[in-house]
Amino acid sequence: MCLAIPGKLLKIFDENGLKMGTVDVNGSQTKACLEYVPDIVIGQYTIIHAGFALKIIDEAEAAESLKLWQELFESGAFEPDGGQPSPEVL
Amino acid sequence: MKYIDEYRDPYLARTLLDEIKRKTSRQWTIMEICGGQTHSIVRNGIDQLLPDSIKLVHGPGCPVCVTPLESIDRALAIAAKKEVIFTSFGDMLRVPGSRRDLFVVRSEGGDVRIVFSPLDALQIARCNPQKEVVFFAVGFETTAPANAMAVYQAAREGIENFSVLVSQVMVPPVMRLMLSSPENSVQGFLAAGHVCAVMGYEEYELLACEFQVPIVPTGFEPVDLLAGILQTVELLEEGRAEVVNRYGRVVSRKGNLIAKTLIEKVFEVTDRQWRGIGCIPQSGFTLREAFARYDAEKKFNVTHICSKESPLCLSGRVLQGVLKPDSCPAFAKECTPEHPLGATMVSSEGACAAYYNYHRNVML
Amino acid sequence: MTIVPICAAPIMQHETVQMAHGAGGRLSQALMQKFFMPNFHNFFLDPLDDQAKFNLPAGRTAFSTDTYVVSPIFFPGGNIGELAVYGTVNDLAVGGAQPLYLSAGFVLEEGFPLADLETIVVSMAIAAEKTGVMIVTGDTKVVGKGQCDKIFINTSGIGIIKNGVNLSCRNLQAGDSIILSGTVGDHGMAIMTSREGLSFQSQIRSDCAPLNGMISAVLETVPSVHAMRDPTRGGVAATLNELAVSSSVGIEINETSIPIQPDVRGACELLGIDPLHVANEGKLVIAVAAADAAKVLDVLHASEQGKDAVIIGSVIADHPSMVVMRTAFGSRRIITLPLGEQLPRIC
Repeated sequence: MCLAIPGKLLKIFDENGLKMGTVDVNGSQTKACLEYVPDIVIGQYTIIHAGFALKIIDEAEAAESLKLWQELFESGAFEPDGGQPSPEVL
Repeated sequence: MKYIDEYRDPYLARTLLDEIKRKTSRQWTIMEICGGQTHSIVRNGIDQLLPDSIKLVHGPGCPVCVTPLESIDRALAIAAKKEVIFTSFGDMLRVPGSRRDLFVVRSEGGDVRIVFSPLDALQIARCNPQKEVVFFAVGFETTAPANAMAVYQAAREGIENFSVLVSQVMVPPVMRLMLSSPENSVQGFLAAGHVCAVMGYEEYELLACEFQVPIVPTGFEPVDLLAGILQTVELLEEGRAEVVNRYGRVVSRKGNLIAKTLIEKVFEVTDRQWRGIGCIPQSGFTLREAFARYDAEKKFNVTHICSKESPLCLSGRVLQGVLKPDSCPAFAKECTPEHPLGATMVSSEGACAAYYNYHRNVML
Repeated sequence: MTIVPICAAPIMQHETVQMAHGAGGRLSQALMQKFFMPNFHNFFLDPLDDQAKFNLPAGRTAFSTDTYVVSPIFFPGGNIGELAVYGTVNDLAVGGAQPLYLSAGFVLEEGFPLADLETIVVSMAIAAEKTGVMIVTGDTKVVGKGQCDKIFINTSGIGIIKNGVNLSCRNLQAGDSIILSGTVGDHGMAIMTSREGLSFQSQIRSDCAPLNGMISAVLETVPSVHAMRDPTRGGVAATLNELAVSSSVGIEINETSIPIQPDVRGACELLGIDPLHVANEGKLVIAVAAADAAKVLDVLHASEQGKDAVIIGSVIADHPSMVVMRTAFGSRRIITLPLGEQLPRIC
């Protein structure tokens, strides 16, 4: 139900009385309605669903959880064998 | 891609998997609510990588799958009208009605167009004043803000040749139904991350407490899913029936208040039919009286809808997590993506289609 | 009273295609002389007989046909005309044939701008010259407004297969390497993102290009290549499935090996489309004995077109007729034939 992709806001403009933005997703750009994220500024990341920005991505929160997992990884919880993680398939 | 690649890191994924294995001391049954999560789990083979003691059950969070057959048939009847331009998300085009789908209607001359956003449909209405433009407003709470804005904007601009066929459903009521069922074996839930981005997770705290189950708002990328599963396992192992948010970069407890306000303004909660499940009280949205003129169901008073499901289709049981797709007698035989008997085999995130396309274990 | 008939001479100067342009009379001739002959003229076409007459060099003959109905007809990176030439040239070349002669049949919609027709025909002439083929015979019909979508083109082609070359989708053997000559999804996403109705902008350009030069170079170095296909409709997924089924072998590919341009990837993620299901118009899938794979890669890397060539997997004896992908996480999933049109989704 929920294909929502993160993208970076490049531009803000008005269209038919709605606050709209141009959002970059890895070099492709889409138009998105920004009415639900009125505080968003250019350069911030947001998730886009059905042509609407639904939430400004909390960069601090993202960095925090990635840091936790990274620490877990570095603590030796998993030893990489230099290649892909070894498969455990049926 | 920022905020995607980090969450597809195989080494982080492996670390989380090992933690899950370390922390799991017994059998647990966990359900991921959202069809998008099902799609990601099966596509990335997450269920293959989890320890055998973790059983993942796929939930009903596929709005395409749960749109009632009558709604599909009504959509097909409206789309066939000469004066109508029928617009829809791509997902709905292959969903079978009683006798045909939107592709067939298009091949018979119906003007059926795929849009990416309901605002695209509104633009089509602006550009085609002599036509009636109808948008098939299907979705869970994630899509409600988009659908609400399209209607609100149409009213603001006075665009009268636009209407929406609403099939909006809500997650908490179907969770409540499943949890109340004597057949329920699910012990913990991965809540739908993007539904929670809109609605927050306050409502789930009541459910967690009432039914004594942990509920973890979770994202969609492999690392997000594994983090959600790990958190759920930790809560289960510790006997904690709580809501803990594992998709913090997008989900907050209260959700998006502006979106919730507009949804409340445009829609009201109503009883809704769920395909394969039946009527769930207060489980969907319908347009408020103030916006009734944008309701395609009222505008095109289509009668003589005679909907008939295949007697072989067990998608309702699949949606509620009590039947695995490959346990259905019709799976991969009478029912395939080319000849789907029900919506769970059509939708790209339907559990049956996910199994068929990615994961026919018996053949691997 | 004498009635003087007014001479109803047809207007010879038009800006758009008229029904009379397809009727075989003077306007048809005018179309031929103004657009087709100046651009396509060659020894075989110039007599304007109902057929082209030629001798073929020794060797097995390859013959292919395809009809081009792409919309929009002008897209970033190409147009329907180039596609029509390169597409049939490529279909011959992947069979190991040197393409020689093409036919070109046009169905034009009444009202189609003649300026657009000229652009397309000029593109075809340039494409033909680039690939070393001649367009030796053709046909034009005009249908009423609404009976076709602007312009449809059919090209059929003849080529000669050199001795010692035996390419077939039935030739795959367990142990073969599967090579992909470059990035996936460029053409299909260029088309999709340039269609109206999607609020999208991208710089994605179609990879529409001739492959016969690159194929010739590969076959010079490694004549024993087992199979080559260009992954057009249905993408790499469809081509791999066709190869697996034809040869009754299994194919396993690695997700992390698949090359994709960043903006194509972004567009696929946003629209919920699997890049393996998206059409390509300038790429090759090659099956070759593992011992020869490095040599094939060297040849491909020597050209601009093949600079991103990479081994994406191998042929195995397990699960015959099935294509399986090893994910970045070490799990496996089946790569199926796409059902049909690629549809943007929100779920």
